[in-house]
Amino acid sequence: MVSKEPTDEALRSLIDHFPKSSLLISKEDLIPYSFDATATFYQPPLAVLFPSSIADIQWILQWAKANHACILPRGSGTSLSGAVVPQKNSIVLSMAKWNKILEIDRNNLTILVEPGVTTQSVQEEADKLSLFYPPDPGSYKISTIGGNVGHNSGGIRGLKYGVTRNYVLGLEVILPTGQLLWLGNKCMKDSAGYSLKDLFIGSEGTLGIVSKVLLRLIPKPQERQVILASFSTLEAAAEATSAIINAALIPSALEFLDRKTIDCIEQYNPAGFPKESEAVLLIESDGHPQAVRDEIVCILKVLQLYNPLDIKIAEEPKDQEQLWKARKVAFSALARKAPTVLLEDITVPRSALAEMIRKIQQISSQYGVEIAVYAHMGDGNLHPVFLADEQNEDLMEKVYRAMKEIFLYAIKLGGTITGEHGVGLAKKEFLAYQYNKEEFQLLKSIKKILDPDNLLNPGKIFD
Amino acid sequence: MNNLNSRFSLLSLDPTIIQKCIHCGMCLPSCPTYQETKIERNSPRGRISLMRAIAEKRMDLTELFAHELYFCLGCLACQTACPVGVDYKTLFEASRQDIEKSQILNNPLRQIARTALIRFLFRSSFRLRTFGKMLRVYQSIGLDRLVPYLPFIPAKLKDMMAQLPPIASHFSSELIQPRETPFHTKVRWKVGLLTGCVQDLVYSKINRDTVDVLLYNGCEVICPPHQGCCGSLHAHNGELKTAQLLAQKLMDAFPLNELDALITNAAGCGSHLKHFSNLFPPGTPWRKKAEEWDKKVFDIHEWLVKIGFSKPKLTDTSQPQPVVTYHDACHLCHGQKIKNEPRIILNSLPFIRFVELEESDHCCGSAGIYNILQPEMAHKLLNKKIAKIKQTAASILCTANPGCLLFIEKGLKKQQLNIQTVHPISLLAQWYKMANPGEPTPQKNQEKLAIPK
Repeated sequence: MVSKEPTDEALRSLIDHFPKSSLLISKEDLIPYSFDATATFYQPPLAVLFPSSIADIQWILQWAKANHACILPRGSGTSLSGAVVPQKNSIVLSMAKWNKILEIDRNNLTILVEPGVTTQSVQEEADKLSLFYPPDPGSYKISTIGGNVGHNSGGIRGLKYGVTRNYVLGLEVILPTGQLLWLGNKCMKDSAGYSLKDLFIGSEGTLGIVSKVLLRLIPKPQERQVILASFSTLEAAAEATSAIINAALIPSALEFLDRKTIDCIEQYNPAGFPKESEAVLLIESDGHPQAVRDEIVCILKVLQLYNPLDIKIAEEPKDQEQLWKARKVAFSALARKAPTVLLEDITVPRSALAEMIRKIQQISSQYGVEIAVYAHMGDGNLHPVFLADEQNEDLMEKVYRAMKEIFLYAIKLGGTITGEHGVGLAKKEFLAYQYNKEEFQLLKSIKKILDPDNLLNPGKIFD
Repeated sequence: MNNLNSRFSLLSLDPTIIQKCIHCGMCLPSCPTYQETKIERNSPRGRISLMRAIAEKRMDLTELFAHELYFCLGCLACQTACPVGVDYKTLFEASRQDIEKSQILNNPLRQIARTALIRFLFRSSFRLRTFGKMLRVYQSIGLDRLVPYLPFIPAKLKDMMAQLPPIASHFSSELIQPRETPFHTKVRWKVGLLTGCVQDLVYSKINRDTVDVLLYNGCEVICPPHQGCCGSLHAHNGELKTAQLLAQKLMDAFPLNELDALITNAAGCGSHLKHFSNLFPPGTPWRKKAEEWDKKVFDIHEWLVKIGFSKPKLTDTSQPQPVVTYHDACHLCHGQKIKNEPRIILNSLPFIRFVELEESDHCCGSAGIYNILQPEMAHKLLNKKIAKIKQTAASILCTANPGCLLFIEKGLKKQQLNIQTVHPISLLAQWYKMANPGEPTPQKNQEKLAIPK
């Protein structure tokens, strides 16, 4: 279906159906919904709807189908792939007010939430019961669980605890046809047929609208310690990471920041990162106190082999929190460096980290494009950040070429073009390099089955 | 004036100030209005996207935009939260200046209120004082209690009259000599004290306490009578020309070259007083003077910590031991980045138990005249604040801005909570007095602060 401008009559029926407070149509209201946290994409929607019931969502889906419009579910708009940038004639379906925690089941260690609940609220709620919800994206204070499910969001603890998918036990989903499904259950194991819920996790709102999420909680680790190790080269930090993994040590977080990133973070809010290093590793071990102590000793032994400039251990929660807080603002803080920052998200097998970092440095100097790097190093998930300027066409062209080369090289190393941000608009062009024709066709046919009229977030992931 | 106007107009503003916003959303959790409505237009990144649309001529300055900019509290919490360093204050002031120039919100009632308040009353210290005296008489003979029963006064006006603060029995100049010198220690610094306008009328006692504290710490205090408004109110409400005139008047009132520092104790004023140079075009004599001025302005807490203030020594364990909490006034913690200093001072007081207030840096809803213009949102925020204050079980709430003090005090009274609202410096002054009961004091008309346990 090709999206077309709805008729005046159709718009009137839309306006008449919803109260003024739940349907926004003024340009002053639409402009602020024309972007997400990705640079360069911009398109105001046709309207913004705050649904008050499942019936509202079913009605708007029908309306969209009848009037050749499309529906874009949205949480807080912090996505980094253009996934919630509207297409023409999109109705943004804001789930931000569906933000209640519906049930905490202490017996089964589960939490049932509405999709607009923030990641931080879930973490805090779990913490009150000495439980733990590990997925921890940088925007956790405002990112919503619905958005996390849509992007299969990761974060700093992915190495040991995995990503959002690993904690979703069930989903309530409204299909583009209006059909309401409950997928999953409170069981820890379920082998009954295809895992339908998994299809919706990471689907970027293209297959269904998530209206409830059942999440798994785990016991809160008793103890944490954080190592801050600094190195004179990026490769030394990358090699140390590969060696830690090779030694079968799996800390809860193993993060990497380069000099440019550290400088920007320190400008925003000094966290005490060392001044003289080219790269730092932030490594967190958590669990039973004795296990943490043992793991820290082992990690320190490995680190020593790669000539660190300095090693510090933060044992106090206050100091640890300061370091993690600093780490989480890395992307935004880097925007101090350039008018336009483009954040990328490649992941490579962990043995190939040093090689990938060398390649990024080489591409940076080859194209004359400044690239900062920070990474969930333990996951092999690198975030090269292109420091660019939208107004400078020549530079943007070089950035684009450099970016493409980085993607191709990551794929060549057996990696992927996105580890946690999703494809959205930003990377759909490169998806074809990762999948062959048949695989690509299979992806498209799944969309076709679930959303035959192409109502939900069309033009994302692929055309 | 042209340069000034261009700095404060969205259309001629340096575009990089707006482009800096990468819409990452890190500001959203800090924004009081967004947190209440969950509508993007009511968020910092939403407002900036509209400013950008206007600056890039994709949108005209509209009435809805204008209302939105007056729906923003200007609390600057977003500026603290922003890792990119977007200068929201400049964008906010430029937008409001454009709105006022466009006259898009003009209606007779608004015109009368703005002219009466911003252009007439707060422009002259004489008029403000005269108004203050009239108000004092009106309140002291009990007319204010009669007003709600007078049928010929419209309800809206009654509401506004109910918001009027209680005027102090003495203004600052009646409590403070133009020059006061420490009596028990040698002079280490010579400082000017800015008495403010609302502070002068309503909380002159805080100004007196500030002088006492400065004297205890070896500061000679120069305090010209009749200083008037600093122009902060005007700058935040798009009246930059008047703000400029008031800044000039105030700078002329002080012997700037002789002073080590200019001390302010009102958060809202301080945040404006430290940036007078922004009001004058580069290269002009006033700009030069304003730059000198800016360097010398210190918030009282900041100054005391900088000079190493003496901690009150209290040995009498029979003294009250109150639980004290602290609300960060927006223009102190976000506007001036002063968070630790008031806590250092409060924690230096022997026998108090300091309890942190959860979300202490969230706006209380007062925000200058916001509580009068947007009472619904203001009261939502106030109720949230009071609920948090209750959680602390404190008997004293400290905060360092007259607007916050008034608004929170009113809210606490309404809920019949027996919690005292005090400026941290008043508490420090009281502790000095308890520690040095025999010392002479230059203070006139002193009322003793009743300290609840």
